[in-house]
Amino acid sequence: MSRNVSITLLNNEDARPVVQAIEKDNPACIINHLPSLVKVDMAGALRINRQTVEEILGREWNVQDIHLCLVSLSGEVEEEDDFFELSWK
Amino acid sequence: MAITRSKPKMGIKERYASMTRDLGWETSYQPMDKVFPYDKFEGIKIHDWDAWVDPFRLTMDAYWKYQSEKERKLYAVIDSFAQNNGQMGITDARYLNAIKLFITGVSPLEYAAHRGFAFAGRHFRGVGMRVASQMQSIDELRHAQTQLHAMSHYNKFFGGMHSSHLMYDRVWYLSVPKSYFDDAMTAGPFEFLTAISFSFEYVLTNLLFVPFMSGAAHNGDMATVTFGFSAQSDESRHMTLGIEIIKFMLEQDEANLPIVQRWIDKWFWRGYRLLALVSMMMDYMLPKRVMSWREAWEIYFEEAGTALFEDLSRYGLKMPKYYEVANWEKDHLSHQVWSTFYNYAGATAFHTWMPNDNEMEWLRDKYPDSFEKHYQPRFEHFIKEQKKGNRFFNNTLPMLCQTCQIPFIFTEPGDPTTTCFRETHYKGNRYNFCSDGCKDIFEQEPEKYIQAWLPVYQIYQGNCGGKEIEDVLRWYNFNLGEDNGEYLDSPDYDLWTQWKESQSRAV
Repeated sequence: MSRNVSITLLNNEDARPVVQAIEKDNPACIINHLPSLVKVDMAGALRINRQTVEEILGREWNVQDIHLCLVSLSGEVEEEDDFFELSWK
Repeated sequence: MAITRSKPKMGIKERYASMTRDLGWETSYQPMDKVFPYDKFEGIKIHDWDAWVDPFRLTMDAYWKYQSEKERKLYAVIDSFAQNNGQMGITDARYLNAIKLFITGVSPLEYAAHRGFAFAGRHFRGVGMRVASQMQSIDELRHAQTQLHAMSHYNKFFGGMHSSHLMYDRVWYLSVPKSYFDDAMTAGPFEFLTAISFSFEYVLTNLLFVPFMSGAAHNGDMATVTFGFSAQSDESRHMTLGIEIIKFMLEQDEANLPIVQRWIDKWFWRGYRLLALVSMMMDYMLPKRVMSWREAWEIYFEEAGTALFEDLSRYGLKMPKYYEVANWEKDHLSHQVWSTFYNYAGATAFHTWMPNDNEMEWLRDKYPDSFEKHYQPRFEHFIKEQKKGNRFFNNTLPMLCQTCQIPFIFTEPGDPTTTCFRETHYKGNRYNFCSDGCKDIFEQEPEKYIQAWLPVYQIYQGNCGGKEIEDVLRWYNFNLGEDNGEYLDSPDYDLWTQWKESQSRAV
């Protein structure tokens, strides 16, 4: 069994397109709503693609913009120009 | 829809290299060992400092951009909170006692972290680590400031929040967080990062911030929610610094493993003991609860922590020593701590109370194996006595654990009816401990811990304002009868009741 990675984002307008992009690109993810938070768990690895977020937003989005709504994470981070990935090695 | 994107001059990796690595150099007027005198004595061997990379690849220019955006949002909320009498929108004034504990016990830690990371940000010879530590140092200063600003509004109306930094330096239970952080700050830079960035931020911080901020949201405290999440968004970066430093040390030289394992054992236990305060906050102090301490421990330590240590096992790293004890204590911790603070309400800058019937039911439901059997009868006794006018105040001074500085309130692992007590002898003196974890920590570095400033012992030695309890409380700068005591007899309760009555009259 692969272990869970997890990302917790604010439940706000900055994070909503990110959560939608996660759902689209990681269909097996589990989304938990807590007061004012969204915690997304996923077995193995979870990827946020810049392009998917931009399609949902309808404008440019920088991967580092995630800092504005990031609350917590579990897993090792890999950040590039086009994606943000969490995984266990 | 295709988004047309302007091509940045440099990619994220390139920018990171030029904004960190390229800012450092090999010194020639002075030897590097003299410029960076503290990064070797702990015994950590580093062969290639450039092997350390911040996976977020955050550079100073981007850092300022995002931080200023966060600040703008936060101060807009704080302003609107004050202008709209946000203090009246909270669920119940009891809630604010969690805030009092936070402003006196946690915000000063943020300031201490600012100092600690400024030191680390100066003293690593690897420039990537210096830049990450410097950013964190600025983050921590921001956290201390924004917390004081956000809570200053409550200070206009409620007790216990007027002297947070003085209290942090003097008050008996606040020596628990203070001694924890002072221990970390007086270690070398690698141990400091293992203590704060890894053991606290990575392994344990979710237990503090996530339930606490969710709790604030649940209890109508917009100011705290906003500073909390503003701070927490920095925290992910801090957590990442924590895991990367551990991997870096372990990858650089296998001789580092036993040192790192010993630090992780030590700082897991110290951090866990510190969080005892959070456990009672979650289970007793939030009028509307988010999750129990037990549930939070299961999600954030048992699940996330186990995944983490499985991942790190490839380096030979093991789960921190005594984690099983912490797992066992999840059914007992918050009840034992709340019971203690109920006892000592005369000497705390926040109020305590007994849970009401609904809350008792919640506790039975969340703690089916422990609450009804071991703690409810004690609480029912307290309630019965309080109704007769004998609200119990413990006026003795308790003996303290030499390491964590908590009184002897915890029970033997596996036996919730026997107080846990350990001792060791060093240079002709006996030293006492609340647990095997704290005893082990002392025995590794006895010369450090025999210097501990234990509040009760200092009171007996006459160093805390006088010989009567009241003298000591005045030295703590308590407004007696306002800051301390039973919640139902407090000015906070009276004020809140008045507000609620005037609101219902207006309707």
